[in-house]
Amino acid sequence: MLREKYRDEIEQILHRYPVRRSAMLPLLYLAQREEGYVSEAAMKEIASILKVTPPQVYETVTFYTMLNLKPVGKFHIQVCKSLMCALVGSDALLKWLHARLGIKPGETTPDRLFTLSTVECLAACGTGPMMQVNDDYYEKLTEEKVDRILADLKRDGTSTLKSGPFILPEPAKRDA
Amino acid sequence: MPKYELILTKNMSQPGYTGSLADYERAGGYQALRKVLGKVAPGDVTEIVKKSGLRGRGGAGFPTGVKWGFLPKDYRGPKYLCCNADESEPGTFKDRQLIERDPHQLLEGIAIAAYAIGAETAYIYIRGEFVLGAKILEQALAEARRAGYLGRNILGTGVNVDIWVHRGAGAYICGEETALLESLEGKRGLPRVKPPFPATHGLYGKPTVVNNVETLANLPHIVNRGADWFAALGSPPKSTGTRIFCVSGHVKRPGNYEVPMGITFRELIFEHAGGMRSEKPLKAIIPGGASAAFFTAEHLDVKLDFESVAQAGSMLGSGGVTVMEEGTGMVWAALRLMEFFHHESCGKCSPCREGSSWLVQTLRRILAKRGRMQDLETLTDLCQNIAGRTVCAFGDAEIAPILSTLKYWRHEYEELIREAEEQARGAGHEAMGAVLLSPLASRH
Repeated sequence: MLREKYRDEIEQILHRYPVRRSAMLPLLYLAQREEGYVSEAAMKEIASILKVTPPQVYETVTFYTMLNLKPVGKFHIQVCKSLMCALVGSDALLKWLHARLGIKPGETTPDRLFTLSTVECLAACGTGPMMQVNDDYYEKLTEEKVDRILADLKRDGTSTLKSGPFILPEPAKRDA
Repeated sequence: MPKYELILTKNMSQPGYTGSLADYERAGGYQALRKVLGKVAPGDVTEIVKKSGLRGRGGAGFPTGVKWGFLPKDYRGPKYLCCNADESEPGTFKDRQLIERDPHQLLEGIAIAAYAIGAETAYIYIRGEFVLGAKILEQALAEARRAGYLGRNILGTGVNVDIWVHRGAGAYICGEETALLESLEGKRGLPRVKPPFPATHGLYGKPTVVNNVETLANLPHIVNRGADWFAALGSPPKSTGTRIFCVSGHVKRPGNYEVPMGITFRELIFEHAGGMRSEKPLKAIIPGGASAAFFTAEHLDVKLDFESVAQAGSMLGSGGVTVMEEGTGMVWAALRLMEFFHHESCGKCSPCREGSSWLVQTLRRILAKRGRMQDLETLTDLCQNIAGRTVCAFGDAEIAPILSTLKYWRHEYEELIREAEEQARGAGHEAMGAVLLSPLASRH
């Protein structure tokens, strides 16, 4: 139960808003962090914390693409397919991932390690093609880079190729 | 060296600048907040911003000081400031850099704005995918609170302002200010009917201002260097200041370029962004994010300011400039953007919800060489029946790519359709019937 496990964190979240319902998205994130998706039990519990009905939680969950209603793999790979990324090769990136993982967008590998999704614009248009894996951005992707990232994720659970604080162009290059 | 004086991106362009409080203070940070709190009346801060001519950098370009001035003066209850960091407009990636590289600049701007409008609570509504940005903001907030720049009785002036980070969860429409407020209230992000406007009925029904990240980041500089300094920058009198243009697509050096408003597309693309990535000539430009009508190579000498771009038939919008080279299919480009809009339509208004679906299906059919000449009429007709018939500006945004590509590259649509018709003629009458009755492509 979220309420028992995260009592302090929930209190801190509620403290930020004068109206309880505003804590909806933060609490849904908490539930998703705990289970990897938002379960029916979590929705009921959040409804009770926020003093709203379970359908009010459900209608919110279904509106937002980042909230999962069913479990996803350990690594959720989301490839941007919007025009700006498509201009610089996101379709080829998707094909490469399909070849490497053997799954199409919307599918999860049988070992439940990777789920592949296509998404619309992730605000990394200058650094496409790009993908988000769980909380991290990976940008300016090439086939070789993707292979290294997948290997890193399998081995270490993370990859040093993930993006840090963003700046483009890099200051050194700008002065060149 | 940069050709123009950098303002918003100056600190982050210095080698070794980390964006920490210590770095920001060394660069003169929080001096503007010290200058106004308890020393300049809130109304006078609003007047400074009005005089500077600062216009919103999120898309609509509304004068910031004027927006603040709409708040009821004698209202005694709580007021709110919301920083719109839901950067989701395809082609735009400036707010991410402002947040991740110089978070205190934004926090100082928010504190100044909150003081000016009399808000004690501000929320930064950041798009859910910016997990790193949200973490960096949380760290910066903790630093600023510890140093007494935020919280109760800031710097001993009796002023209270606190800021909270609120992550969205993946919905483009939440960048629309009333949808943002709905989302912040814990609901689906559906835009509200206006009026009433957020200035009187905003977050929790209270007077509220919603400003973009880049808009707010300008405030410390306007306070420090004066309204007249800012008003003289760029392309006065209506497009003052600098603007961060996000250049993407087929250029050698994509990126965020801070330049005074009023330079031309040619200068931005060929001097700053290094020109085309290959030998192919420039074919098309999206001048202000996916919601802006396309330009052609003929528009390269249009100036990048609000009026010039509007006069040329598009909008400066969010500052996202996407460049396409010769060989890019314009029907395909329009479809890619249309798929975005269809996916992101919140569904509240039928013309947008249903219209976006029909537009996608029609474009897909044309591109799959199953189109008919009357499809072009249907596309135009659909667009005209979406425009102006929706609660928010999303409807107007989604038709811009289609109408503008039809305007400048109609022959590409016609060529695809002619090929379809020739194929059908070759295959005989029955096949044509099959084309007409074929099931429409399903949602992606």
